[in-house]
Amino acid sequence: MAIQPREDTMILNLGPQHPSTHGVLRVLVELEGETVLNVKPDIGYLHTGIEKSGERLKYQQVITLCDRMGYLDNMMDELAYVLAVEKLLGIEVPERVKWIRVLLAELERISSHLVWIGTHGLDLGAMSMFMYAFREREKILDIKENLSGVRMMTSFIRIGGLAQDLTPQFEPMVREFIRYFPQRLQEYNELLTKNEIWVERTKGVGVLPPDVAINMGCSGPTLRGSGVPYDVRKTMPYSGYENFDFEVMVGRNGDVYDRFWVRIQEMAQSLRIVEQALDGLPEGPWRIDDRKIVPPPKDEIVTSMESLIHHFKLYTEGLKPPVGEVYQAIEGGRGEMGYYVVSNATGKPYRFHMRAPSFYNLQALPKMAHRCLIADLVAIIGSTDIVLGEIDR
Amino acid sequence: MNDWGDVLVTGIIKSVIALALLMAGGGLLTLMERKILGRLQTRYGPIRVGPFGLLQPLADGLKMLLKEQPVPANAKIGVYLVAPAISLFVAFMAFAIVPVGPSFFLFGKMRTLSVTNVNIGMLYLLAILSLGVYGVVLGAWSSANRYSLLGGLRAGAQMISYEISLGLAILGVVVLAGTLSPIGIVEAQKAPGMTWFVFLQPVGFFLFMIGGVAETNRAPFDLVEAEQELIGGYFTEYGGMRWGLYMLAEYINMLTVSALVATLFLGGWIGIGTGILWTVTAAPWAQLLGVFWFFVKVAFFIFVYFWFRATLPRIRYDQLMGFGWKVLLPLSVLNMLVTALYVSLR
Repeated sequence: MAIQPREDTMILNLGPQHPSTHGVLRVLVELEGETVLNVKPDIGYLHTGIEKSGERLKYQQVITLCDRMGYLDNMMDELAYVLAVEKLLGIEVPERVKWIRVLLAELERISSHLVWIGTHGLDLGAMSMFMYAFREREKILDIKENLSGVRMMTSFIRIGGLAQDLTPQFEPMVREFIRYFPQRLQEYNELLTKNEIWVERTKGVGVLPPDVAINMGCSGPTLRGSGVPYDVRKTMPYSGYENFDFEVMVGRNGDVYDRFWVRIQEMAQSLRIVEQALDGLPEGPWRIDDRKIVPPPKDEIVTSMESLIHHFKLYTEGLKPPVGEVYQAIEGGRGEMGYYVVSNATGKPYRFHMRAPSFYNLQALPKMAHRCLIADLVAIIGSTDIVLGEIDR
Repeated sequence: MNDWGDVLVTGIIKSVIALALLMAGGGLLTLMERKILGRLQTRYGPIRVGPFGLLQPLADGLKMLLKEQPVPANAKIGVYLVAPAISLFVAFMAFAIVPVGPSFFLFGKMRTLSVTNVNIGMLYLLAILSLGVYGVVLGAWSSANRYSLLGGLRAGAQMISYEISLGLAILGVVVLAGTLSPIGIVEAQKAPGMTWFVFLQPVGFFLFMIGGVAETNRAPFDLVEAEQELIGGYFTEYGGMRWGLYMLAEYINMLTVSALVATLFLGGWIGIGTGILWTVTAAPWAQLLGVFWFFVKVAFFIFVYFWFRATLPRIRYDQLMGFGWKVLLPLSVLNMLVTALYVSLR
């Protein structure tokens, strides 16, 4: 792990407790004056053994773990895992479920990007941005709370459907957000995108060439900032994304500014998808009708013996997918968020693994940060938008 | 009472009052900053301690005094302990020449409303301001921390880059006023045919504002203590009241620089529209009104400081240096030349 310093260089230990490492990332930096020569990210300080714990939980219970890995875009984590298990089970969910999932995932993308823009602004010293971004995120959290009763760890998206139907307040709340948010986005542009100092600080900093980005396995805005139009929503559509009209935003130079710009534009695109999903939301059931996978309705349990047995079996033994393994990727807030689930036909996954986009994006940090300044290093770490929860798992 | 005794007594009285006011002012500024930043960031700021959080500075001070103050193992202990005191001392010293109101007669002598009326005041000020960097650099070096060291290096480089253009900006005013005394400079702005120097020296005003923000290490030039990069910069290893002294020095420096902007460019205690809209002649009212106007101007620039902090991202180290040497310095030299030419041809 150690870097051997030259006689005229200094090793600086950035983290794991440092204001701008976005959690508990430790970065060893070799400095020549303020110039960064070598960067070695050191992860593992947030290792929770979540993946291993997943092997001891039933398929339904694993959803709660997914929430806690990428804790900034919980619903997307849930979605990726649930899609993987549904693929394993070979089931198709109703149209309404798909649309609601897309709607929630896109709201979640906005909220995830809001946390990013807030913390990234803070990293570069624009401290008000943090408060403004969190003010807007609060609205999304309110929507989530109204929907599921929980602000972050919602566990709302379930195998075979959702936890429940949308609440009556859901639509007005989302409509209000759609009306409210574009002005805020405009404000961010005034505050940052058009800010001379901001542009100076981010343009040409931390350039990630497209070929390097691809070789490093980067995805999401980090990759798109380098000009590679790879978006799982377009390349491998899932959950009915092919029905929605949106653009994949790509940068040109692959610097911090481009990654910033891509995310800002993505928020506007996500808002478009949310609006389309809300306008065209089909009527229908909010989960499948398969008692081996989803529990029977509560009032049926108290009247029907068969339902009671189904309920009992489902919660004691769990659902049992056939033997097999699947990989399901979705476009998360940070990039290709994939879940790999292996089943041995018991009620618990044999192996459960997450392809965390942050992990791969972080790999590119030494390439991006070569010969930059310390202040740039902080900007670059911020621009990859890492979540240590999903890196360490 | 003879002359020397008089000087001594007034000096002591003025110093005590100034020290007390500056300490209180520094404390109040922390509250004001948190309140204003809070409002600009859609939150309240402190509201719990006392009405409207007014007692917050007291609570903070008490907390800092009661805190454990560990010293890093490898610290150069002597320097480490003295460095914050140097910073605060320099901050107090700089304020000594600032006149907060018009002079008046009392006990048969002309009394000034500054701690001391030095006729080479601006020269003294430049000298003292340059000393300010010692507190920072020594504190940074002695705490044996790499983040502190980087902060100290930045401080040294930043001060050098800014002091020159700051000095040249002051020089423009001095040339125009024909005196180095701050009281003389304010009087000069009241002289017939003259107006506030911000109108005669707009470039100098601009340079002084930027230089002043850089001088006090405030956003967007707060690289010395850049929290997100260097954790705390030079005071990373300081805690409790030692850290408090650094903070107090910073806030008092803000007061000083704002007061200087008001004195040099905005006519000090001269009220807005005085001589045009109205004139005040009655003695006690003129003094009080003068002090009032002075504080209004200072408060405005303090607010501008906070506004900067809420709005602007931090500039990068090399960009700041480049800006200082490539933009501000040539501009200040040019400004100086034009002013000198104007004065000599007048």
